[in-house]
Formats: sequence, C-alpha cells, structure tokens
Amino acid sequence: MAGAGALNKRKKLMLWTSVLMLLAIFVLPMSGYLFTATQAEQQAEATNPRSDTWRQVRQGNEGYTAVQGRETNELIQGSGETWRQVRNGPLATYGSWLLGFILLAILTFYIARGRVELTHPRTGETVERWTLNERRLHWTTAILFIVLGITGLSLLYGRHVLIPLMGYPGFSVYAAGAKWLHNILGPVFMIALFTILVKFFRHNFINKVDIEWFKAFGGMVGDKHPSAGRMNGGEKVWYWTLATAGVALCLSGLVLDFPNFDQEREVIQLAHVIHLVTALVLLAFSFGHIYIGTIGTEGALEGMTSGQVDVTWARQHHDLWLEEKQQAERQNQQKD
Amino acid sequence: MARMKFLCDAERCIECNACVTACKNEHEVPWGVNRRRVVTIDDGLQEEKSISVACMHCTDAPCQAVCPVDCFYTTEDGLVLHDKDICIGCGYCFYACPFGAPQYPQEGAFGARGKMDKCTFCAGGPEEDNSQEELNKYGRNRLAEGKLPLCAEMCSTKALLAGDGDIVADLFRSRVVRRGGRPDNWGWGTAYKA
Repeated sequence: MAGAGALNKRKKLMLWTSVLMLLAIFVLPMSGYLFTATQAEQQAEATNPRSDTWRQVRQGNEGYTAVQGRETNELIQGSGETWRQVRNGPLATYGSWLLGFILLAILTFYIARGRVELTHPRTGETVERWTLNERRLHWTTAILFIVLGITGLSLLYGRHVLIPLMGYPGFSVYAAGAKWLHNILGPVFMIALFTILVKFFRHNFINKVDIEWFKAFGGMVGDKHPSAGRMNGGEKVWYWTLATAGVALCLSGLVLDFPNFDQEREVIQLAHVIHLVTALVLLAFSFGHIYIGTIGTEGALEGMTSGQVDVTWARQHHDLWLEEKQQAERQNQQKD
Repeated sequence: MARMKFLCDAERCIECNACVTACKNEHEVPWGVNRRRVVTIDDGLQEEKSISVACMHCTDAPCQAVCPVDCFYTTEDGLVLHDKDICIGCGYCFYACPFGAPQYPQEGAFGARGKMDKCTFCAGGPEEDNSQEELNKYGRNRLAEGKLPLCAEMCSTKALLAGDGDIVADLFRSRVVRRGGRPDNWGWGTAYKA
C-alpha cells in the first residue's frame, strides 16, 4: 500500500511539473515585452525635436510665413496627391467605362428592340403636352447641359483624346475657351435647372402607378402599355436624379467657379470629386433620356418641339394624364 | 546629366527671407506671386524651425499628372518646367501640389486665374535660352549661363542648397555626420545652465 501511495504522489508531481513546464514555454518568451514596454514608456517622453518638426509639417500644421497668399503658411498639404490618384485613377477610368457602357447598352437595345412605335394609327387630333414656356425652359437647360458636358469632359479626357487630334497648341486654345464657357455657363445652367425643379415639383411624387409602370419596364420591353400620369416613372426618376445629383453638381461647381472666396484646397478637392461623380452620373442618365425622347419613341420629340402630341400617343404613353385633360375640357364646356 | 535638387537644412535656416526677395528680384516676379516662401513651424517657441520651400521638381510630379492640357515637361536635369503658351490657368496643379508651388496672377473678375507661374530652378522655359521672350515669361535662365539658382547661391547660412543631387546629398551628409545626431543649436546646450 505504501508503494502504491508513493507511485500516486509521483504521478501527481509529474503532472504538475508538466503543466508548469508548458506554462513556462508560453509565458517566458513573452517576458521580453514586459521589458520593452517599460522602456518605451520612458522613451516616449523624450522624442527627437527634429522629428517633431517634420511630423508637424507632414500633418499639415500651419506655421508662420511673411508671404501673403492662399494657405502659404502650410508647408506640405498631403491631400493633393490623394485627389490626383482619385481623379486620374478610378474616376477617369470607371467614368469612361460608365459612359461607354451606357452608349453600348442603348445601341444594343435599339438594334434588338427598335423604336417603340405607336400601336394605333394617329387620329390627327392633338393635345398640348408642353407649353411654350416649358419648352423654352427645357431647351435652354438642355443646350446648356450639352455644352457644359462637352466642355467638362474635354478637361477630363481631352489630354488623352483631343491632344493627339488637335496638337498641344490647338487643344490649349480650345481648352482655354472651354474652361471660360464652362465657368460662365455653369451658373446660368444652375438657374435654369433650379427653375425646372421648382416648376415641375408637384408633378413628380412617385406613386403606385409608377411602381406598376416600372414593373412593366415602362412599356419599353414587351407590348404592354403601363399607365402613367403627366410624368411617367422614368421621368420622375430623372427629375429626382436632377434634384439630388444635379443640385450637388451645381453647388460643387460654385465652389470651383469662384476661387475669390479663398476656399482651402481640401474643400476644392472634395468639391471637384463630387462635381465629377455627379456629372458622370447625370451624363449617363442623359444619354438614356435623349435616346427615349428622340429616336427611341415614335412621336415623343414632337411634344417638346411643337408642344402638341397626337391623342394616340398620349393614350399609349400618358393615359391617366389624357383622361384628366379631357375631363377638365368637358367640365369647361359644361360651364360654358 | 545631373539630377537637380533643392534641400533646405532646417537646422541652419534663420528665416531671413533673403531667398524669397532674391527670387522676386531676379525674375521680376509680379505682386501677388511668390515662387518661394519661408515657413516657420512653432514660431516663437523653443522648438522653432524655419524651412524655405518652392517647387521641389518632383520625379513623379502631381501637377504634371493632373494638368488637363499637359503643359509640364521634365528636363534632362530632372526639372519640372511648364509652357505658359499651353497653360490655361485652370488651377488643377495648385490643388495637387503638396508644396503650394503653383501661383497665378489674378486675371479678371471672381478670382479668375491667369497663366500659372512657379519656380523654374532658374532654368527658364521652353523658349530659346536667354531670349527676351523667355525672360518676359519665366524670368532669368541662370542655368543656361552656367549658374545655379540665386536663392541658394546667396543664402547667408547656406541652409538652402541647390544643384546636382549627389553633391547636395554629400554636403548635407557631411553636416549630419559632424553634428553627430545633435542639432547644431538645439536647446543651446549648457549656455544658461551655470
């Protein structure tokens, strides 16, 4: 019995020793950290004063300078390089992909589906779709948008696309004119766009009819003619894109257009990125808008040129609006 | 060919602004445009340090990368120069430059920018060396005369160095070795301890 007890004791001892040894294997190598941790604490109090100076410079801290001008007291601003990478990298690359993809998609759609024709013969009877003032407003904004789009894209892609065609001096003359036009017409476009946003605000609340309209792909795919009021779902989405991205585009444009308020470079860089992204989104959307309004739909363009559309067209594309209009006319006649 | 470089020794610069004045005078730079400036960090404190800064003629220059009309070019000496006949004064180079080097004379209302002006390392522009046209647009071309930038040439403490990058680096290295890791005048040593 005594022998067995001694054996048990020995086993216990061995077990505890093994546990201790295992613990030591894990813990002992870490004791180095304890040493460096206490050391580092002491070192942190005394940093190299020269490093501190350059650290401040790198962080863009403001110093003192006798030279007057914009942000002259900032020795190094690091955000400019970030702006350059973002503009020349993803924005320019994916921007060109986006515009190219949309154009290609529209072309493919046109070849596959063709024009959305009128399903019934024209009646010859017309209704007024857009008043003269509405048409003036639309075409002013449209022409300004196209000019601003072309001049703006020239500043982003002209270096790669137009310099090989026009040469350096030629492109420089064009770009100087483009820059001037863009700067002058930008605020005019803003006034026109804001007028549109206010004028058509009450027609653009998205409702159940529009959701059904989207489910039927706006009648662009298949032969269904989903119902629509004065504005269909697509027009409403275009409106709200303009009301969000368009407004952001205009406001960021103002920051870029008026450097006389001494905005800091970081503000300008941010405004420029917003301006680029929103401009590319609106350009991509406008391609679709222009396609549907011209060659994509039979009889759509005449509404915006002459103001009148055929009753057949109105019944096919804006049935609820036509009903409303005819009802109002009947009521007027009854009053007379 | 040499790779030209500026180097400002922050231990030596005494914020006398002579480099700024020399540059303005040498190139007849108009009011409102400063190709070089001196910035003082921690002004008035014990840690005060001054650094003279202008265009640093980057190898991968952000101004060059963002220019919509591609008016910048790098010379054989590694200098980043630009063609004012091509420049349209858009301001992009000023947004991108880390050193605030590009400057614009104001031209027209609402802060409209004229053609960009910046440090040329006293090497003029694309016009014929030392021609009247080059002088009018970019100032003196001292490099074509076999001289180095005036700001560094006349720096009283030789804080600002300009020239062949290898020579500049050798000079600065010898200073660092002599200092032995200690600043030349940091904390005044034991001056006020007795």
